[in-house]
Amino acid sequence: MNITSPIKPKVIEELTAGTKVNISGVIYTARDAAHQRIIQALENGDKPPFELEGQTIYYMGPSPAPPGKVIGAAGPTTSRRMDAYTPRLLAAGVKAMIGKGSRSDEVRKAIKKYKAVYLATTGGAGALLAKSVRQIEPVAYEDLGPEAVMRLTVEDFPAVVVNDIYGGDLAELGRKEYRKT
Amino acid sequence: MKEIEASAITQAVARLCQEANFNLGEDVLAALKKAQRSEKSPLGREFLSQLIENARIAQEEKMPLCQDCGTAVVFLEIGQGVHIKGDLKQAIEEGVRRGYEQGYLRKGIVSQPFSKRTNTGDNTPAVIHTEIVPGDSLKIAVMPKGGGAENVSRLAMLLPNEGKAGIIELVAKTVKEAGGDPCPPVIIGLGIGGTAEQAMLMAKKALLRKVGEPNPDPEVAQLEKAVLARVNALGVGPMGFGGSTTALAVHALVSPTHITSLPVAINIQCHSARHKEITL
Repeated sequence: MNITSPIKPKVIEELTAGTKVNISGVIYTARDAAHQRIIQALENGDKPPFELEGQTIYYMGPSPAPPGKVIGAAGPTTSRRMDAYTPRLLAAGVKAMIGKGSRSDEVRKAIKKYKAVYLATTGGAGALLAKSVRQIEPVAYEDLGPEAVMRLTVEDFPAVVVNDIYGGDLAELGRKEYRKT
Repeated sequence: MKEIEASAITQAVARLCQEANFNLGEDVLAALKKAQRSEKSPLGREFLSQLIENARIAQEEKMPLCQDCGTAVVFLEIGQGVHIKGDLKQAIEEGVRRGYEQGYLRKGIVSQPFSKRTNTGDNTPAVIHTEIVPGDSLKIAVMPKGGGAENVSRLAMLLPNEGKAGIIELVAKTVKEAGGDPCPPVIIGLGIGGTAEQAMLMAKKALLRKVGEPNPDPEVAQLEKAVLARVNALGVGPMGFGGSTTALAVHALVSPTHITSLPVAINIQCHSARHKEITL
């Protein structure tokens, strides 16, 4: 399924665990260090570094772009490290997250509550995923180096829905199907 | 006596850091291709195809296989007859510094682990393991080790009577709980015996072995096989979203231990199993 980011609420309703998508549009990178600062900004009553409402966050810190390339390797990092911050960001309007691995119970509940979606892309496929990134612009926290917040324009970025608004979880479904013990 | 200039070590390390990050070993690639053919989950097969394609792009375009270009773990086997002209540690650190800079590799080391966590900016310090061996050559292996897989390592001091069954269950539990975090399909390094710290070092060294090559001791090889079967029955699958391939291989190293102990160390390697070596 081809979808555009920011992902409209109507489209999020169609995204169920296991749905494969190609994402085009705008996504923002943020890892744990940036999450911590965004939450701090929200708590201080300051403006977050970008308008959170409706946005998609990609848990990614790229390698430096070699000459002639838009970006270096650009695969996902482990989502679990963002779990502590995610419910707060979903409450502030973030609608989609892209990473790798499973989420905590709290995050899964928050995904249902705020009608958001968690997607995974292929961990360790950084060179391949870089091909889907058309543009990269720094947004905030440049002192964090690869962990800074960046605005990416992507085209046909491959991902799969892991947690949907109905409580579906791809890791649970998938393992049940292939477990032999 | 053989003399080796520190500058030659720097050059070698710089090159190995880059080669390891750009070129997936033939053994790893063959294991991924084999898994791609046997994997039961269609989504799992798709992930595996992407990883094979990723390796091709990385090699052709000199792009890192993964944005996590790892901690530079350096293994040295120093022949007793070797004399190194210059500072060995500095030579290695300089090699890592140059390799990561010249190769556009991500610098991912922070100086203070529990408070400031400031990026050192050049991926140093490396983690260096040295062994003195007979002979007059110097073997250097560089293993860029990603954080996601390293973070699910485990050390357990089992009771001796827990034996083989205890080891198998410990590994299964570890891999199951890790789920998709270490980027499966993984390679499982096991260090069994010795002391706590020796066990973990063996677990890591076991990852340098060619993927799927069994331990020469038939009893250890049989344990590796049993662990692999148990882990692949978990259903965790590629990326943790279900499938028949959770691990590509299990590599165990075993050492004598104390009469009260059965240390078992588990060091997990993601599918991006990067390491290159050279003998000077």
